Amino acid sequence: MKYIDEFRNGALARNIAASIAREAHSVCHYNLMEFCGGHTHAISRHGLADLLPANIRMIHGPGCPVCVLPTGRIDQAIRLVLEHKITLCAYGDCLRVPASDGMSLLKARPRGADVRMVYSPMDALKLAQDQPEKQVVFFAIGFETTTPPTAATIKQAQALGLKNFSVICNHVLTPAAMHAILADRGGEKLDGFVGPAHVSTVIGSRPYEPFARDYGKPVVITGFEPLDVMQAILMLVRQINTGRAEVENEFTRAVTVEGNRKAQALTDNVFELRDTFEWRGLGTIAHSALKLRPAFAEFDAELRFGLDYRPVPDHKACECGAILRGEKRPQECKIFGTACTPENPIGSCMVSSEGACAAHYTYGRFKNTDIMTA
Amino acid sequence: MTLTKPGYGRPLDIRNGRIEMHHGSGGRAMTQLIDELFMAALGNTYLAQGNDGAVLPEAHGRLVMATDSHVVSPLFFPGGDIGCLSVHGTINDVAMMGAKPLYLSASFILEEGLALADLKRIVESMAKAARAAGVPVVTGDTKVVEQGKGDGVFITTTGVGVITNDTHLSGDRARPGDTILLSGTIGDHGMAILSRREGLAFDAPIVSDTAALHGLVATMLESGAALRVLRDPTRGGLAATLNEIARQSGTGMLLREATIPLNPAVGAACEFLGLDPLYVANEGKLVAICAPEDAHHLLAVMHAHPLGAQSAIIGEVLEDPRCFVQAVTAIGGCRIVDWLSGEQLPRIC
Repeated sequence: MKYIDEFRNGALARNIAASIAREAHSVCHYNLMEFCGGHTHAISRHGLADLLPANIRMIHGPGCPVCVLPTGRIDQAIRLVLEHKITLCAYGDCLRVPASDGMSLLKARPRGADVRMVYSPMDALKLAQDQPEKQVVFFAIGFETTTPPTAATIKQAQALGLKNFSVICNHVLTPAAMHAILADRGGEKLDGFVGPAHVSTVIGSRPYEPFARDYGKPVVITGFEPLDVMQAILMLVRQINTGRAEVENEFTRAVTVEGNRKAQALTDNVFELRDTFEWRGLGTIAHSALKLRPAFAEFDAELRFGLDYRPVPDHKACECGAILRGEKRPQECKIFGTACTPENPIGSCMVSSEGACAAHYTYGRFKNTDIMTA
Repeated sequence: MTLTKPGYGRPLDIRNGRIEMHHGSGGRAMTQLIDELFMAALGNTYLAQGNDGAVLPEAHGRLVMATDSHVVSPLFFPGGDIGCLSVHGTINDVAMMGAKPLYLSASFILEEGLALADLKRIVESMAKAARAAGVPVVTGDTKVVEQGKGDGVFITTTGVGVITNDTHLSGDRARPGDTILLSGTIGDHGMAILSRREGLAFDAPIVSDTAALHGLVATMLESGAALRVLRDPTRGGLAATLNEIARQSGTGMLLREATIPLNPAVGAACEFLGLDPLYVANEGKLVAICAPEDAHHLLAVMHAHPLGAQSAIIGEVLEDPRCFVQAVTAIGGCRIVDWLSGEQLPRIC
């Protein structure tokens, strides 16, 4: 595994940790948001917080597609699959997201819902070809990384002339969410961003420039390996210490300024901006999500089945919203680890392993109680 | 109804035949299936008696009994199949109690439509595994369910073994300070199944580690090391097994992640699919917990056995009433190795 071991080298990590500890001013507080769930998972999975000084706080951002999916969207999918007797295909993590009335896509299965887990939208397309008598709907979620595959699949469905395949599009946009966080009252508390890894391979580093230029927040784009994250934190500390606010790219082995032009063109060809979209925790954000262009309307499940969207307020005690905005930590939520656990998630942050609550529950909750032995 | 004269019956069409409902109805078809397929492969003096049960000779010692159902999909995978898996799985459960496995029973739930050629391959693989292990299948049963109500074949095996000395192994005997050993690489079985199921081809083939561990266990018991717990980390992987032992014993555990043996191809496949090898199933590995002063001697004994050649000391038992299993990560941080929540993988054993 030569391509990974180098990025998990303990000795190198200790070197970077020593530099961070040396350079971070003890009187300052560094509140850094890692936008992506992939970074949240890496920080928790590898115990990176243990290598950081106490005045560097990592705030887990909303870059986990499952976590920002509002209840109303899952309800909509459950109504579709139960009422229209279609086959719904979704990524694994979607299946456990809590919907209204204690339901989820997984719990809808024993009630007769034909819900399948797929690894790729192409699997859903193949299923549609294999069962031409039944409608197959792909429940598309994700940021800019998963959007191009959905676009490619829709184009393929059009080329094949498939009449029984469509998509519920929940694809959302990273820069729009970052704008929403910074425009909100919580934004001023943030000192910098660990910028997305895979998303940036698609959109490039340019879309982050307004955050540095207009909001004065440094952004360091970095990979998902522990050393990448450590190096990005060091680069952010250096920017903050010298009063700079720039977009820097630690992940040069995969990210360019322009990004993946081909993927961008494909996305642009199939999708256009929605006027508004509801995000869990962040509320309704203008121009923050995508829908199918009129040329592909026949593959839009919302149009094909006349689906309406009914927003649902989050569970009263659930703090997912404040956690996604970086205002609270998972352990500050009253129901964290009591009513809300990975087995019975109430908030969506407890569902995906990339969610802030699930990551803290799974990898870090022992730090909340006294440690007997280290 | 007239009976066919002896010698006039048509032999079972193993090449093209399939399981039909009458193979489970208690009639001639069932007898023929048992005689020509099951008996032909598994036959021994106990089965040859043709009774509904087996009368076994006296065993001097404490008896150990364990049972295990096998529902793996696909039925055939790199390194094995449901047949040998069903023998190894139960032998290992008996062996982990410190017993010498003596006998097995096997119960088959066959789905209408299963190819007889596949069934023959599975039963012959079982027979080969049982012979190699020296543990005969002494009694069995077959049932047939309608198409769509099974997944080809489900096999339940039960094993009986005997402990002839004062060995006492149990998941509640781990004590703070004890050493945790592992007999080899983790995740091979689960990833072999998954790579087959998802049609993923890796440069280095990943092969299931399915194996009977009673030989390795026997040498470990003979070593005289103060063994507290033996367990095979199957479903839920090493993480689930250590959490079970921690809960039973009321202790914590601390692992050093870098010391846990991992086949590089398995590691790469796990990365590719976003899985943690600590949670991936094994079918030919064991975890041993022993007194710290005996750990290095036990490790040397394990290294000397072919199924323990890659054994390693991976951590220690801690005092911790919260029963957390923790790991020092390769990068030097600390994290919990938690119970698996939800289902990481489809059916694998």
